[in-house]
Amino acid sequence: MSRGRTILKEKRFSLTLERLSHQIIENYSDFDNVCVIGIQERGVLLAERLVELIKKNAKLKSLIFGKIDITFYRDDFRSRTTPLKASNTELEFSLDGKNVILIDDVLYTGRSVHAAMSALQDHGRADTIELLCLVDRRFNRHLPIKADYVGITVDSLDEAYVKVEWEHIDGKDKVLLFTPKREDI
Amino acid sequence: MTKQQELSTKHLLGIKYITASDINLIFDTAINFKEVINRPIKKVPSLRDVTIANLFFENSTRTKLSFELAEKRLSADVVNFSSSSSSVKKGETLLDTVNNILSMKVDMVVMRHPAPGAHFFLSNHIDANIINAGDGTHEHPTQALLDAFSMKERLGSLNNKNILIVGDIMHSRVALSNIFCLQKLGAKVKVCGPPTLIPKNLPSLGVEVEYDVNKALQWCDVANVLRIQLERQEIKYIPTLREYSQYYGISKQMLDSLDKEIVLMHPGPINRGVELSSDAADSHHSIILDQVENGVAIRMAVLYLLAAKRGVNKSEN
Repeated sequence: MSRGRTILKEKRFSLTLERLSHQIIENYSDFDNVCVIGIQERGVLLAERLVELIKKNAKLKSLIFGKIDITFYRDDFRSRTTPLKASNTELEFSLDGKNVILIDDVLYTGRSVHAAMSALQDHGRADTIELLCLVDRRFNRHLPIKADYVGITVDSLDEAYVKVEWEHIDGKDKVLLFTPKREDI
Repeated sequence: MTKQQELSTKHLLGIKYITASDINLIFDTAINFKEVINRPIKKVPSLRDVTIANLFFENSTRTKLSFELAEKRLSADVVNFSSSSSSVKKGETLLDTVNNILSMKVDMVVMRHPAPGAHFFLSNHIDANIINAGDGTHEHPTQALLDAFSMKERLGSLNNKNILIVGDIMHSRVALSNIFCLQKLGAKVKVCGPPTLIPKNLPSLGVEVEYDVNKALQWCDVANVLRIQLERQEIKYIPTLREYSQYYGISKQMLDSLDKEIVLMHPGPINRGVELSSDAADSHHSIILDQVENGVAIRMAVLYLLAAKRGVNKSEN
């Protein structure tokens, strides 16, 4: 695997987040029934950032925010490629009648989102669920799942790998694309 | 990210055969399952493709119920078997019974058996994952895990904590599993009970013995009180239950007269008025019902982590 190539950074990274927050505000006139839920673990980091932006841009005092862990809902938990160890689910509210904005950093095969939707069902019947992702790897889907809000779209091989890094954890906000060397394919 | 991600073993035969990091992995996973079982919908689909047989060759109420709930909350298919209504009475051997059940495509076996080591024997002959739900007077690993988990919830860490086990140490598989588990987590263990019910070789496990229950209570942070197992005593080890109760029974008054707060535990079933007085069992010291709740979460964690091993072995073949 080659070294990662930065495909989104600094100014454009924050502009993209700003745009996503405005798209959500544009779509919802009233946030009383809206909740933002991040998928553990990397989706939560994006969700936290977006919640702050939405609150700032829409001048909201509060916005319902939760974290969902999907480890126990994965259909591939014995394949060793996905972590066995769970993170916390923090949903202190029922989803009955809510408009959920589900957030993950990278949309790849769609399996995580599929698992997340099964997990959400166990917390009540949401009115609607929308999906937001920062990076959409649009040609790598295994399931018929599509995001409603997309930061950037990446056309990449199955062997490639996309990583979103965050300032308060990894030092800088950026999206990296790792592509395999020609001889690895 | 360097934290252990899977168990080092394919079966849970006893605490003796697992490591401290296995125990911590089970605890970490149990915390997540405890959140699951407190939801309105208490079920996750993790083990939907797994069939589990509960083989109880010895009576059990809460352990069997707790395992069955854990299995169902993981969406596993469950079959139950108890020896009182089976061909064991007709003279079938253990291996034949189990192989017959496994031919019906069962993936995991939860077993309680009166013979110590029955699970060890079985693990050499069958492919399914085996979980020991008690083997005679030997081990009862999930009970020890849930006891230690409940203690950890109260105390934060078990390192250098003083844990007292009171009662029939000789016949108790809970005592032995507790000793192994607590020592692996860094706790100091002392036992207290009538000399006839204390095995002679306990000091070789690094366990101290105290015969005065008041002194022992003063020493400890947690007292785990066991039942006198009259059904396992072929000869009389104590003159009467009344005498036992007078010398080793714990009352609320004894707990209140200590100059510190201790945590009181009991694996059940309690004989009220023998090892514990009613007011002690129902006092604020007692976390007996927390233990029962944690039992389901711990068993879910064990089943989930062992089921994951099953998949790994399959892909290696």
